[in-house]
Amino acid sequence: MIFLVEETLKRIQSHKGVIGTMVVNAEGIPIRTTLDNSTTVQYAGLLHQLTMKARSTVRDIDPQNDLTFLRIRSKKHEIMVAPDKEYLLIVIQNPCE
Amino acid sequence: MQMQLVDKSLGSPQHPLLLAPTRLRTWSRPGGTCGDGEGAGGVPHPIPSLRPPAAGTMEIVYVYVKKRSEFGKQCNFSDHQAELNIDIAPNPELAEQFVERNPVDTGIQCSVSMSEHEANTERFEMETRGVNHVEGGWPKDVNPLELEQTIRFRKKVEKDENYINAIMQLGSIMEHCIKQNNAIDIYEEYFNDEEAVEVTEEAPSAKTINVFRDPQEIKRAATHLSWHPDGNRKLAVAYSCLDFQRAPVGMSNDSYIWDLENPNKPELALKPSSPLVTLEYNPKDSHVLLGGCYNGQIACWDTRKGSLVADLSTIEFSHRDPVYGTIWLQSKTGTECFSASTDGQVMWWDIRKISEPTEVVIMDITRKEQLENALGAISLEFESTLPTKFMVGTEQGIIISCNRKIVCTFSGHHGPIYALQRNPFYPKNFLTVGDWTARIWSEDSRESSIMWTKYHMAYLTDAAWSPVRPAVFFTTKMDGTLDIWDFVFKQCDPALSLKVCDEALFCLRVQDNGCLIACGSQLGMTTLLEVSSGLSTLQRNERNIASSMFERETRREKILEARHREMRLKEKGKAEGRDEEQRDEGLATDLEALVSKAEEEFFDIIFAELKKQEADAIKPKPMPQQPSSEEVQVAQEGEEATGERVGDEEEEDLA
Repeated sequence: MIFLVEETLKRIQSHKGVIGTMVVNAEGIPIRTTLDNSTTVQYAGLLHQLTMKARSTVRDIDPQNDLTFLRIRSKKHEIMVAPDKEYLLIVIQNPCE
Repeated sequence: MQMQLVDKSLGSPQHPLLLAPTRLRTWSRPGGTCGDGEGAGGVPHPIPSLRPPAAGTMEIVYVYVKKRSEFGKQCNFSDHQAELNIDIAPNPELAEQFVERNPVDTGIQCSVSMSEHEANTERFEMETRGVNHVEGGWPKDVNPLELEQTIRFRKKVEKDENYINAIMQLGSIMEHCIKQNNAIDIYEEYFNDEEAVEVTEEAPSAKTINVFRDPQEIKRAATHLSWHPDGNRKLAVAYSCLDFQRAPVGMSNDSYIWDLENPNKPELALKPSSPLVTLEYNPKDSHVLLGGCYNGQIACWDTRKGSLVADLSTIEFSHRDPVYGTIWLQSKTGTECFSASTDGQVMWWDIRKISEPTEVVIMDITRKEQLENALGAISLEFESTLPTKFMVGTEQGIIISCNRKIVCTFSGHHGPIYALQRNPFYPKNFLTVGDWTARIWSEDSRESSIMWTKYHMAYLTDAAWSPVRPAVFFTTKMDGTLDIWDFVFKQCDPALSLKVCDEALFCLRVQDNGCLIACGSQLGMTTLLEVSSGLSTLQRNERNIASSMFERETRREKILEARHREMRLKEKGKAEGRDEEQRDEGLATDLEALVSKAEEEFFDIIFAELKKQEADAIKPKPMPQQPSSEEVQVAQEGEEATGERVGDEEEEDLA
């Protein structure tokens, strides 16, 4: 099982345009990351708050709804956040133009 | 002893006998009302009585008496049954003055009564600070600095069942999205090449974005603005007090550079020894600024070096009056500039050696290079596409066009020319502002401007062309309004007139993208406005229309000029002809005689026509209405014709 996890993460990282992948837990501790520590910590802290806010927004509008995925498209790249109860999977991709 | 106290003051609401609409005299006793006071001696009884006084109004009087010996005695209060003292019956006669209304329509709303209030909060001072992000969230037993412990913690988490499941699930979602991104660019712009040519019919508008206030206590006027050459994220504002010798004691000399993101605090303060009247960024090197001081010196700053003056010209060789205009020149070194002041001199400087000007030109239009005759320069214009020519606007209302030496002059304004700028699209035409009008000139037409606005109620202080639209320009006035003129849209009035503030606006600068305008006011307040997109995007065909308008007006002025010249030549010719016979006084009297003769002839013809009209009126007319109007018309035409004939006769006499 652990092997599958490894393979999944490796596969994600190897996709075209992916700059970095990281897994962060609910306390903001980066479990797995392919970027350097300071960047990871920054992303972890900021995106965690944003995900919480997005989730609460979705649920405020419709309490039976829930956040499944968050995509932030910026000028330079796209940040994709897949939230879970305890963990966050964050991928930064440069979409091909 | 009995006494009657008559107190004319209208009693307090506690008094029992108030209320009647008639004039009421009540009695009030200090210490509260009391019933029958019991005390030794007589019992004072209130004696209410209705005494109709002489005036005819009902007077209700409540009288009570008290013995003098009892004054000052302690009050003993007692309960008392209510007594009806006065009963004022309604007067049915009054009802006859009213008409009963049945039914009565009144609006009633059954809701909570509310009121609306507005409150403006104090300005919120904000400061940007950074926070050091320290890694946290590690459980207590793990020291985040210890690599082994963190690795061990991570490994432990990775073995967790939850983790594995979560990652599998999230991973599949994530892969889906990644593949999506790689497959299609969902933000692709279709039809990029065709520009949207929508003629937006929205009305021109502008809104204030931000206000930069002078942080000093003693407010100075913002006399000049300059945008940062790269990206226009910063604005340099020069503050000074231009009232002659009325600068308040303790006024600071500082001028500021503001960052648009931070309106609360200026980014950098420039500290000269004398307040700056103008300030310009070097378009080649965005760290260097040139300032013209109130005492005539030129100073330059390097923002990398700080806020003190990097270089200052020496007083002996500087201007003798405040420097009103400074412009950077286009040179290979990017260090050359020139300045103008009301002392009549235009000086060229090289900032590497700023102690002395490299060249001085005196604005003497008689070309004698006399400083006494020189005109004071207030505004300066230099277009980088015409590198040797420059123009100076003077205090006397004359624009001097120079090419290192004076070439020609344009006159037409009645007051000092506060702004002078060439049209960025058509450099042959330039805009000036002075007295109460704004005028557009063409270089070919020297006698007068080709287009001008009407005379406004307030003095115009500054003007600027829009860098994106050739037909749009902005002006500011002393009453604090900003006018935006668009002469392909409307020629007689501004397309948009905005009141920016209550005090006078002194200067104006448009940002290079044509959207943002900064204007500075008399109390040091710089307002940043954004104009609507209609005014800042090039309209279809606008360049052609604008250029054809300029050409047409120039041609009209040329025709008028030619006509004037002809008339002047004729006058000169006749004056010379007369000189052979008489002198100038003779000419004057002859003119008067001519005028009186012309008047006589004119009136003769009028009377003749009138007589003819009367004669016709006596004759029987088939259609009463039309012939008379026709006759009137004929008479009028006859008068006009005679007017022309008189003119011709006059000319024939003169010729």
